[in-house]
Amino acid sequence: MSARPVLDVRSLTKVYGAGDTLVRALDGVSIEVERGEYVAIMGSSGSGKSTLMNILGCLDVPSTGTYLLDGVDVSRLGDAQLALVRNRLIGFVFQAFNLIPRTSAVANVELPLAYSGMRAAERRRRAMFSLDLVGLADRAEHEPNQLSGGQQQRVAVARALVTEPALLLADEPTGNLDSHATEEVLRVFDDLNAAGRTIVLITHEDEVAAHADRLIRLFDGHVVEDARIGRHAA
Amino acid sequence: MNFHEIVRFALRGIGANKLRSVLTMLGILIGVAAVILLVAVGNGSAQAIADRISALGTNTLTVMSTSRGASLSPATAEALDDPVLAPDVKSVSPVVSTSATLTYEGAEHEISTFVGTTPEWFTASNFPVGTGAVFTDDDEAQARRVVVIGQTVAEELFTGVDPVGEQVTIGGALFTVAGVLQEKSSSGFQDSNDTAVAPLSAVRQVLAGYGSLSSILVEAHDSDMVDTVQSEITTVLNQRLDADSYRIQNASQLLETQTETADTFTTLLGAVAAISLLVGGIGITNIMLVTVTERTREIGIRKALGAPRRVILSQFLIEATLLSVIGGGLGVAAAVIGSRFEIVGVTPVIVPSSVALALGVSVLIGLFFGGLPAARAARLRPIDALRYE
Repeated sequence: MSARPVLDVRSLTKVYGAGDTLVRALDGVSIEVERGEYVAIMGSSGSGKSTLMNILGCLDVPSTGTYLLDGVDVSRLGDAQLALVRNRLIGFVFQAFNLIPRTSAVANVELPLAYSGMRAAERRRRAMFSLDLVGLADRAEHEPNQLSGGQQQRVAVARALVTEPALLLADEPTGNLDSHATEEVLRVFDDLNAAGRTIVLITHEDEVAAHADRLIRLFDGHVVEDARIGRHAA
Repeated sequence: MNFHEIVRFALRGIGANKLRSVLTMLGILIGVAAVILLVAVGNGSAQAIADRISALGTNTLTVMSTSRGASLSPATAEALDDPVLAPDVKSVSPVVSTSATLTYEGAEHEISTFVGTTPEWFTASNFPVGTGAVFTDDDEAQARRVVVIGQTVAEELFTGVDPVGEQVTIGGALFTVAGVLQEKSSSGFQDSNDTAVAPLSAVRQVLAGYGSLSSILVEAHDSDMVDTVQSEITTVLNQRLDADSYRIQNASQLLETQTETADTFTTLLGAVAAISLLVGGIGITNIMLVTVTERTREIGIRKALGAPRRVILSQFLIEATLLSVIGGGLGVAAAVIGSRFEIVGVTPVIVPSSVALALGVSVLIGLFFGGLPAARAARLRPIDALRYE
């Protein structure tokens, strides 16, 4: 493995509320993820896994602790630089897909490239390539409401990886999908990981976690288990 | 990301929800058009009133006797035509007015204002002859029985016949029609074209008798001198008459009063229109705010994908600007087209400042309520924007 981890969080805490209603969503979480790893984070609801994911995706900020993404301390970055990090380094897949409504699949996939300032023709080419990767090249002009849940999520995956980010984060990507669609999406993840992409996903389904090669279990804001599993289990 | 690209994003944003965009623009359109058009109607009616009054002649004064005295005589009129005491008087026309029945080949027509006067009356009262000719000073001196009739009289009595040169019977005497007056816009309820004018001497001889005059029409050299002339003739009249046996009616005073009334009317219409603009504005605000939930989530998504705040703000501001400017522009266009038609008998005259005001207000409302929520959402952390309900 290379010397520098893609993702390095140290004693991360996230506190909501104050006084009697104070909730410690994360309570001293430290994780390192190396390049090319496929990590599944599991835990019951309220264990802090979504909070962790949002912090990893630079969508939220921790209360204390440091987060180094590709060696860069994220907490030191300003608004514009954070936008750049989200754009270049991270691909985020949401449970609720979060595609822009009434906008074609290919336009949705192009969006991160547009924000990075890429020219329209090159953008279109890469977006189509990315859609092809998730097997939806023939649905490029469809709008989200014309696609099935599995297809929408695959569009979201295509959008997450179109910038070739160092890190692909997926927050319960199969949570809203039936078993068939789940298979579709997971196959895409497997292929991406096989191609060397770093993936961190949250799930509460063991079958989904079984695709990963490392399992981290959270409970009440603590890491209670961190083990290699599946194909790569020692 | 360059500006051109952001504009394309904004256009796509507007196109993404066509119905909402169209409704927003419609709200602005109606508000803007209503304000401009209603103010234009008010302004148009004010101008129409002003036109009608100036058609009466704004540089004239009418001296009338009050009910007390039979005091105005032709001698009084002659006294007013005094270059020393009243240098600014251009002409003085003594007037007797009576009702009369005109008969031509068995057709009868009754008119309420059969005017006996001097030839100066035609210019002073701004009532030129259309066909034929005015009677002359000589006709007046000789008491020749000639008459100039109004359009309405000509139409009533002479269907298909040129009235000039024909003879009509008035009060048992034959009068020759010398001319027909030009059509004049009517002020008030009376048809000012339903009239006939003959030499004063002839009218007195045949109909009115040698009593007092009905009024004296005094013409000033120009409309600025009306007030001067009024004081001049007051001086002259006071030497001959009791101060309260006559009164002087001033057309420009009348014009002023009427214009004030019309201005009040315009203000009232403007207020109604302003309320409609306000209601339209609330409609715009409503549509903009209702979409905030969806747009806030969208902003969250865009931020999560790495959109800088500046780009998001620009996109939403351009969207709001386009909606309100296009809506406002169409509103102005609708108002301009609408003002070409007569509305409740008034030809609207657009007031430029109302265009600027209506457009400005609606664009500001659109920008403010479209831009403000977007600015607020763009400041949120992506996760808060995504969770916004």
